[in-house]
Amino acid sequence: MAASSDIREKLRMKRRALQDTLVKNKNEDDIQALVPSAKFNVDNQPTAMKEAEGSDEDPGESLRRTLRAQREKRKTKLLEQPFVQDEDVGEVSPTQYNSPNEGPSSRVDDSVVSTRPPTGSQRGVSVKSEQPSSSLHLDTFVTRHLQEKLRAARSKGESLQQQETSKDSSEPVSRLQRLKDRDTITRFDREADPVSSGRHDDPLTLRSRVKFQEQARRVEKDFPTTEEAYNFFTFNYEPDQPSKPESKSKMRQKQRDGVEEDDRDENGQEEAEVEEEDEAEEDNQDQNEFQSEEAPLVRNEDNLFVIDHLPQDFVEVRKAEYVGFKKRVQRDCELLFTPSFRAVPTSVKLPENTMPRFLEDEGLYVGQRPAVSLTNKNISENRILKMAEGSKWFGDDGKILALPDPIKESSTRPPLFHMDEELDPALQTVYRKAMKSQYANLYIAGATDPEGDYQLDVDVSGLIFSHHPLFSREHVLASRLAQLYDQYLSRQQNNLTGHLTEKLNGLRKALRNMMRIHGEQGSSEALQHRISEYSLEVRNTRQLRDLEQEKDRTLLRSIIKVWKEIKSLREFQKYTNTPFKLFLRRENVDRALDEWEYEGEILKEVLELEAESEEQYQKKLAEYNKQLEDWKLWRKKQKAKQKKKKKKSQTQDDTEEEQEEEEEQDQTESEDQFEEDPVKPEVPERPDIDSLERWVREKASRIRRKPGEAILVPELCTSGGVTASDLCPRAEVARREDVSRRSLFIKILYNYKEVSRTDSCSLSTDFRVHFGQIFNLKVLNCPQSINLQVFEEIGSSYSLLAQVFVPVPDPSVVTGRAPIEEIEFSSNQHVMFDHEGVGSDVPLSFESDGSNKLTLLTSGKLSCCVSWGIGEEGVPLAPPLSQHPGGTHRGLGHLDAVSYIGASGLYDMKKIGEWAVQSRLDPNDPKNTSIMHLLKVASSGEVTAPDYFRLEHLQEEFNFVSDEEMESSKRFRLLRLRNQEAPEFRNYKFVPLLEREVSDKVFQDYEKRLKDGETIDTRQHLNPHRAVVAKYLQQIRESVINRFILTKHHYQLSDLVIEEEIPSIGILGINLFKLAESKRPLKPQRIERKKVTAQNLSDGDIKLLINVIRAHNIPIRKPQSSKPGQSSQSAVQGSDWYLSQVQVRPFVEVSFQRTVLQTTTADGPNPSWNEELQLPFNAPNGDYSTGSLQSVKDEVFINIFDEVLYETGPDDKSRATSIHTQIEKHWLGSVKIPFSTIYSQSKIDGAFKVNTPAVLLGYSREHGNTSVYDQWRSTQGGTFVRLFITVEPQLVPGESVREKIKEAEFNSQEDERLLQASEKFEKHAAGGYPDRPCITTVIDLSGKTIFITRYIRPLNPPQEFLDAFPNNPQEATSLVARYVSLIPSLPDQVSFSATCDLLSTCDQFLTLLAGDEQEHAVLLCNYFLFLGKKAWLIIGTAIPEGPTAYVLTHEQSGYFIWNPSSGQFYEKGDTFCPLQTVGCLVNSDNVWFNIQENPSPLHTNFDITKVKMWKPFFSRSFSHPGLSSVQVNVKPYLYTSIFSFSLECPCIPKMF
Amino acid sequence: MEKTSNSSVFLLTVNGQIEGANFPDYDNLYCKYCYVYGHDWAPTTVSTVEKHCITQITSKSSQSHKLIWNFPLETTFKSTNPSGWPQLVVSVYGPDVFGNDVVRGYGATHIPFTPGQHIRTIPMFVPEPTWRLQKFTGWLLGRRPEYTDPKVVAHGEGREVTRVRSQGFVTVSFHIMTKDMKRMGYDTGPTNSSTVQFATSSQSRDAQ
Repeated sequence: MAASSDIREKLRMKRRALQDTLVKNKNEDDIQALVPSAKFNVDNQPTAMKEAEGSDEDPGESLRRTLRAQREKRKTKLLEQPFVQDEDVGEVSPTQYNSPNEGPSSRVDDSVVSTRPPTGSQRGVSVKSEQPSSSLHLDTFVTRHLQEKLRAARSKGESLQQQETSKDSSEPVSRLQRLKDRDTITRFDREADPVSSGRHDDPLTLRSRVKFQEQARRVEKDFPTTEEAYNFFTFNYEPDQPSKPESKSKMRQKQRDGVEEDDRDENGQEEAEVEEEDEAEEDNQDQNEFQSEEAPLVRNEDNLFVIDHLPQDFVEVRKAEYVGFKKRVQRDCELLFTPSFRAVPTSVKLPENTMPRFLEDEGLYVGQRPAVSLTNKNISENRILKMAEGSKWFGDDGKILALPDPIKESSTRPPLFHMDEELDPALQTVYRKAMKSQYANLYIAGATDPEGDYQLDVDVSGLIFSHHPLFSREHVLASRLAQLYDQYLSRQQNNLTGHLTEKLNGLRKALRNMMRIHGEQGSSEALQHRISEYSLEVRNTRQLRDLEQEKDRTLLRSIIKVWKEIKSLREFQKYTNTPFKLFLRRENVDRALDEWEYEGEILKEVLELEAESEEQYQKKLAEYNKQLEDWKLWRKKQKAKQKKKKKKSQTQDDTEEEQEEEEEQDQTESEDQFEEDPVKPEVPERPDIDSLERWVREKASRIRRKPGEAILVPELCTSGGVTASDLCPRAEVARREDVSRRSLFIKILYNYKEVSRTDSCSLSTDFRVHFGQIFNLKVLNCPQSINLQVFEEIGSSYSLLAQVFVPVPDPSVVTGRAPIEEIEFSSNQHVMFDHEGVGSDVPLSFESDGSNKLTLLTSGKLSCCVSWGIGEEGVPLAPPLSQHPGGTHRGLGHLDAVSYIGASGLYDMKKIGEWAVQSRLDPNDPKNTSIMHLLKVASSGEVTAPDYFRLEHLQEEFNFVSDEEMESSKRFRLLRLRNQEAPEFRNYKFVPLLEREVSDKVFQDYEKRLKDGETIDTRQHLNPHRAVVAKYLQQIRESVINRFILTKHHYQLSDLVIEEEIPSIGILGINLFKLAESKRPLKPQRIERKKVTAQNLSDGDIKLLINVIRAHNIPIRKPQSSKPGQSSQSAVQGSDWYLSQVQVRPFVEVSFQRTVLQTTTADGPNPSWNEELQLPFNAPNGDYSTGSLQSVKDEVFINIFDEVLYETGPDDKSRATSIHTQIEKHWLGSVKIPFSTIYSQSKIDGAFKVNTPAVLLGYSREHGNTSVYDQWRSTQGGTFVRLFITVEPQLVPGESVREKIKEAEFNSQEDERLLQASEKFEKHAAGGYPDRPCITTVIDLSGKTIFITRYIRPLNPPQEFLDAFPNNPQEATSLVARYVSLIPSLPDQVSFSATCDLLSTCDQFLTLLAGDEQEHAVLLCNYFLFLGKKAWLIIGTAIPEGPTAYVLTHEQSGYFIWNPSSGQFYEKGDTFCPLQTVGCLVNSDNVWFNIQENPSPLHTNFDITKVKMWKPFFSRSFSHPGLSSVQVNVKPYLYTSIFSFSLECPCIPKMF
Repeated sequence: MEKTSNSSVFLLTVNGQIEGANFPDYDNLYCKYCYVYGHDWAPTTVSTVEKHCITQITSKSSQSHKLIWNFPLETTFKSTNPSGWPQLVVSVYGPDVFGNDVVRGYGATHIPFTPGQHIRTIPMFVPEPTWRLQKFTGWLLGRRPEYTDPKVVAHGEGREVTRVRSQGFVTVSFHIMTKDMKRMGYDTGPTNSSTVQFATSSQSRDAQ
């Protein structure tokens, strides 16, 4: 069947593929029917075939389809014929009328084309009918098809209606003719059967496919005339109309149809093969007998398939048919079979009237069935049952026949050999070291030798359940009774009541005696005391006795009650389950004596009570009196107070009095604390003697036997019989059976490993199990735990019922001497039964109304005994005590309070309690607090977690040395200091391994520094102030450094990961543009040098490049004549020439780090050297880290010299032959540039003003008018040298720590909003104008972020400056500037070895007497403001400082830029102004950022009101929040402080 | 050694090799390695330890997907303190689609403490770009994020700011010898018997 289904599947696919063509050609459906007779061209046939072939499919098949469709049509026509006339055809007609209109118009002439389209269309139709054909239901299929045909024929019939009538007569002829034709065709065209008629006669031999072929051929060969067609169509194929006058052949054809279909479905598989054969034959025949044109057709029929589908119709347009869900389901039900997954009843699976037979029960071996899930089994059973002979699949037992489990026990698959080592890592074998056992270290000493074995005897004697799920209700009661009886017996044994009664009597006697003595001898203090003690004792004892008596009484009562319950239960259930019987033995007593005793007892008690109550009353009375007194006092005060209050309300002002009063009140309150509310104490009542007696009697009757009543002694015996099982109801029988099925055994686990187990003993009806087994354990490891696990076994399965942990015995506990202990156990299993067993963890009630429920859990007692064995000579085989785990692990011992105090092995709380009592532990001894706590917890019955929380649990155990050792060890100290990054040890290498190798010298520096911290060494400094300042600076430095260390550990992503910035679109565009630009542009652009991270450098790698370009305005030599001392003949002679020719011959000498280089000598006051000098750079200590490079304090000195040549001769004689020239270097001026500036800026390019001495002997600034620059040079009056300095390779300047400090959030007092705004402002500025510095916030000395405007505030300069030139403010201004410039400059990065901007206030600055440009600028600006100038701080870049701060003043004559470090000022338009860019302006109100095109001061408009040029920080949207200044109001100046300057700077005194 | 006479040190000799790597997606890789160790450690053979060493470039064979370097390691460390125990930092580089050399993984492992043979498989990872766009541009321009210093992976500090992606594995085998460790009071574990076991296991492995 599989093959056939395959074939069908293929067919279906092909059909579907053709569907498109069908749809397209739908309108041409009936061309064939109507047209063929007119156009009939046999010759064209091959082409038609080819075309079909080319189009999409093998033409044979399509042809076949066509033909079959035609045949079908004909059939329907025939069928239709008799009743066509009276049928209403209109409904289906429209399409048919349509079709001839468009379809044939083009194709009618060409039959080749016209024949083809229908193939598609018919096939399309056939697709519809294909589905049913594949199903098994042939009958329905056929009938449906016929019906469809019928319907189709009706429509068809209509189109033919006109012809019908006229052609009726000629029909038979044409038909016959056609049949004849067909005969011939089929003969040549088909199987080897040579006789065409024979073939027709014997339809069974024909393959249905063949029939189609034949038809196809026929139709193609000789297209019928219209009559023929009509005849053909009107033939009736219907089997139920055999009486029709049609020819036999038609009939046969019809029959064949049926046969074909049957054939197809039954021998579908064979079809293909048979076809092949047939076709082969056909081929042969074709070639032999027929025209050549047929050949391709036949050949192409190679893979023809039989198609039995009848086309539903040719043309029919209708709505999509909706099939209702129900209907569909119904149809599905017909078609589909869903096996139910419900279990199939055995009766169905077995033959009628047979009972399932179980071979297993008959003692035959039945193999294990493979495991199949129940659902699957049911489904397959259901399915099999549906099949024919389904029942043969079932065995006698009603199960599907199955072989035993097919899974082999051992694998037969060959082991995997991996050629490659690429074994899955999960499969790779991993070597693991053998793990030491947890107890490996706990071996008992001496255990290695076999003699030293230790033996632990575990005696498991038995088990008694106090509750078991299988208990019946009676059992529950009986066990309760037994418990109570046990209790009773133990009480009886102890006889506490008796003891106490005797004690009481004795005490009373003693008391009486004492009273007597007391009465006789009068009271002595001691006696009084003793009497009271005794009476107290009597009272206590009496109370105890009463308690005990009550307990006895209630116990007896409850025993009787339970027994009564049992009795009633037995009566109720009419059988007995337990053998318990309670007898109550009466012991009669002498009633009179008893009564007398009873009364006497009561009397005594009453008397005592009276005495007691009297005493109490007295006490109370005394108390009352006292209270009353207090109360009265309080009352008085209250009144007085009220009076005062009144008074006070009148005066209302005397506070003192009030206070006094309050004090008083306090006093009173403290006096009578118990009398806080003013309630008058009540007089205590006199105790009522009568009520006392009544109370005593009541109590006595409650707790004591009535006088004369017989003493009841309960006796419990098990003599009662248990009702036999036969007499019990079924539920009870079931319970008993259940009980008998169960058995118990006990596993013995030693150190969590099972070492043995007892035999399984069945549970007896009284729920006792007796094992009576002793296990001798040879012990090697220290015992950690001995665990007995109680297992209950039902059948073959067993379950853990409970675990019993047995304490490890003391070594002194040896076999024979150890008593058997009963250890209680219980389990919280939930068990429920449907029989009489009460279950476990199930609520149970003995009341009729179901109230008073109690839930019982399985519980019981295990009697066992663990002890150390005894050797042959009676030597206990116990390990010595010291070997106990508590001893071996001292560290852990701390945890165990018990073992800590030395009582090792006493794990049992009870025993500890006993031990504590025996050893008379002092509870007040602090050493014993832990055990006392433990005992208290234990005695309270519940083990609770300690109510304290230990913060560093086990910390002590982790400390590998104590703190003292840590402190004293030099090595540890060294390690710790290094870890703390103390400066001396920050990178200390090789801390010695051994303590003794750490030399004391290591700490010398450190300790010295620590010591120095406190003392100030004044000797090193000029004066104490200096020393203090230096100290202060040092402290700041340290704190800053510490802060840096802190921030260093605060990482950002950029610190760890180098990542490309996201290129903006602009950059991308530029990059793209770059690709197109010329390789060697005419105007080359400067390419950024690659920056080098400093770490990888070593000595000699770094060079300092200094390009000395030119100099301006170098002083020229004065005429020689003015120097008479130097006059020489030649000089005098050539004086005129000399002056005109050589005014000066300057050269530049650069010195840096011991390297001195010089340029060539140039001529004139404005020389141009344009020479590059390379100076090697060596970092201090070869450390090229950023930090160390930053702290390089070396400076580059650039000196300008004049080279003077003198011709000297030793004498005149030799002058003719030799010339002696003497070269002199005359220093003209110098420039010094710190390396840190070069490093931080990476390159410096600009004109530097040369520091020249005020007076340069022999030189003058005035020179000839030859220079072009004379105009403005004269105004300048300075010498300039133009330099370009850089470091090769370019070093990455140290990253500013400022960001990090901000990151690290050193507390700022500024508003968060302000900080955010400033950050945004700065970011925006940096984004728009990266080269313009913009500072809005600065960090002060304490590390706080402060808004910069807070620093700007008018500050008074020293009064002397103001007084010096009262009339000339200009002079004062320059004085002030000079003053500021004289304060020593100290770049931050040098002092802090990191780039950071700390801005001190002016006060701090003046105290420290050192600061960078910013501080100078701020001070200067503040002074200017005080002088009434308009002044701003300029944040910008300058040469050579780099980013710096200048001061801008606005005067009538214009803007002036002040360099605070030099005190010089420049006009705005000065080209030699060192300020290069103006970043922003700051005053006390606002910060303006320069957004002008050219930032150089020359081109900058300083009008800050212009919004287009200056972007203010505080604008309308974010107004100035009124920031207060951080500066002091008035700075007081001491003259000494000025004087201290004067010492250092001798220039100052000159000023004054 | 003479050095032990004046100050007590213990020695750790590392022999072994960077055997190979398993990077399923990449080929033609080479490996850089260096050691990171604490203040109290010093390599006695400076040349190979001080600087980054680079292996040859290896590519996958047709049979195996493993990259084999078999690059020998040999160093001896001198130390006074087990703190800062040396770590081997390995970083693997290789060309990307466009031929740019990009990092394929960073990884680090402590040099084993115990004497004997050890095989360490170091899982490798690379830092992830912050943004997806950066990932793309990085891929395009062949500039993937890299650690400023491969030694970063040997420390824990500051790693919380990074995100990484797993890449592959590098297998390193070590033969460790120690001298004077036990004498100085540092017992690193296995007794003689287990070292024998180590040896045998390594032999059997070699036999395979």
